[in-house]
Amino acid sequence: MFTTFPLVWLAAVALRARGPVFGFPPALWPWPPSLVHVATVWQTMPLPRFFANTLVLVGAGVVLQVTLCAMAAYPLARMEFPGRRLITGLLLATLMLPGHIGLIVNFVTLLRLRLVDTYAGVVLPGAVSVFGILLLRQAFLAVPADLEDAARLDGASEWTIWRRVMLPVVRPALAALALFEFVAHWNAFLWPLVVLKSPEKYPLAVGLLYLSGLFAHSTRAVAAGAVLMTLPVVVVFVFTQRYFVRGLLVGALR
Amino acid sequence: MRPARRSGDPRRRRCSPQPRGRLARRWRRTATAYLFLAPALALLGLFTFYPVAVGTLLALFDYDAISPPRFVGLAHFRALAADRFFWIALGNSLKYLLVVPVLQALSIGLAVAVNVPLRGIVWLRAAYYLPVVTSMVVAGLLWRWLYEQDGLVNFVLVRLGVLERPVAWLGHPDLALFAVMFVTLWKGLGYYMVIYLAGLQAIPPEYEEAAAVDGATRWQVFRGVTLPLLRPSILLASTISAIAALKVFEEIYVMTGGGPMFRTYTMFYYMFDKGFQQLDLGYAAALGVVLAAAVLVFSAVNFRLFRHGGWTYY
Repeated sequence: MFTTFPLVWLAAVALRARGPVFGFPPALWPWPPSLVHVATVWQTMPLPRFFANTLVLVGAGVVLQVTLCAMAAYPLARMEFPGRRLITGLLLATLMLPGHIGLIVNFVTLLRLRLVDTYAGVVLPGAVSVFGILLLRQAFLAVPADLEDAARLDGASEWTIWRRVMLPVVRPALAALALFEFVAHWNAFLWPLVVLKSPEKYPLAVGLLYLSGLFAHSTRAVAAGAVLMTLPVVVVFVFTQRYFVRGLLVGALR
Repeated sequence: MRPARRSGDPRRRRCSPQPRGRLARRWRRTATAYLFLAPALALLGLFTFYPVAVGTLLALFDYDAISPPRFVGLAHFRALAADRFFWIALGNSLKYLLVVPVLQALSIGLAVAVNVPLRGIVWLRAAYYLPVVTSMVVAGLLWRWLYEQDGLVNFVLVRLGVLERPVAWLGHPDLALFAVMFVTLWKGLGYYMVIYLAGLQAIPPEYEEAAAVDGATRWQVFRGVTLPLLRPSILLASTISAIAALKVFEEIYVMTGGGPMFRTYTMFYYMFDKGFQQLDLGYAAALGVVLAAAVLVFSAVNFRLFRHGGWTYY
């Protein structure tokens, strides 16, 4: 009750056509229901634009994250080469680093690379996470050696083994990471806020706050925007709860 | 933890004379391994290792991203000691730690409550989890409305007789910080609940059953058996939560902007203002270092836990 009630209230505000938003008693039953505010927010505010931006940022973020982490984790788990222990140790040590100090320098780096106010500037600094690598390394370690040996006897290259043997086996871990990153990127706020300067490039999280300032008088429209932003995550979450919770527990160790 | 080794013992191999082919193969394997690692290591190097190292050094310089950095030694730290806003921000960040014990206690309670094999319990758990996947911007806006003078929170509290008249929660100097903390609590509850749920489910039921058979009450079983066995989870969740509390930013940015009268101004907020709004990057880095010192205490604990079996949590 306590956790979902405010969200229900939000949806009710967004779906009611008229009447005071505030005041007593609160109207929880959106009657008559109406999509007028959803339409308003969709047509008169740059919401479709923010949606498209978010999709680009989330898509790039998740694909890069899963691919690069899966690539990096594979040799760390399954190959014998000089430097393997050193790199693994270094990655583990990173978990202790205070990441917020890096924010400032990352911003300077982006200035130098002329990536401020670009999508690349938003995505690249978070494109690989140490956690992703360590999680997938753990998954690769659990793959039985016979599978790999059989492929090796057939003369498969490391790349083929990775692609055709390993990735399919660790799919649950990949899914967990992807889901976790999906939500993280979808809701990411601080870094896009710092990097992006032009409102037409804003993702939903930043854009919504921007709109709430511009349209302070039309609470219902902003609420409709908030509902539209939350809906996809909730839908994904409901359908993938199991993987999701796994991803979360991994994230807890981030 | 150890990877399956596929051909012989490498130590023995090094001692024996190596035929050309094997050496070449080893080189190839090393090259392949680093090719796999290259993109990730390059990005991590540029955006994780380098920034933390340079960011720490930056605290000793004056830098505005335009003119070249100028070495000032410990001047920033001396300035911090005399900086009123620094002490306000530090005080508020430390105050924010108050959210940790409350949040953990409630999450444990909740986890115990939903750790029952009932049909549909999954949906109840999911309900608690919804705020976690909600964007902080949405949560912040939502609570900003709920906290309005004529908002729902006031309505309920006045109706229940807790309050005599409505309060401007986010505008009140003494209440604003707690009002924001409450949102952190609301949003974090489901997250920590899941950690504790995993911890609870790792406890063999025999322990609790044995205690119950010995005539312990439910409360005694919880205090004497469950809670001690849950200790690793509690430590893990508390450190995560403490680090997050020290670094709190988004809630505050969305809901109060640091106000009223800097009563919700925190370390991270100050660093953000100095660094990204005023481009006083050296000073911001110094703030970052002080915050890091506070965080490091907690992350050191977290790191040790992580090494000692933290992986069993997923």
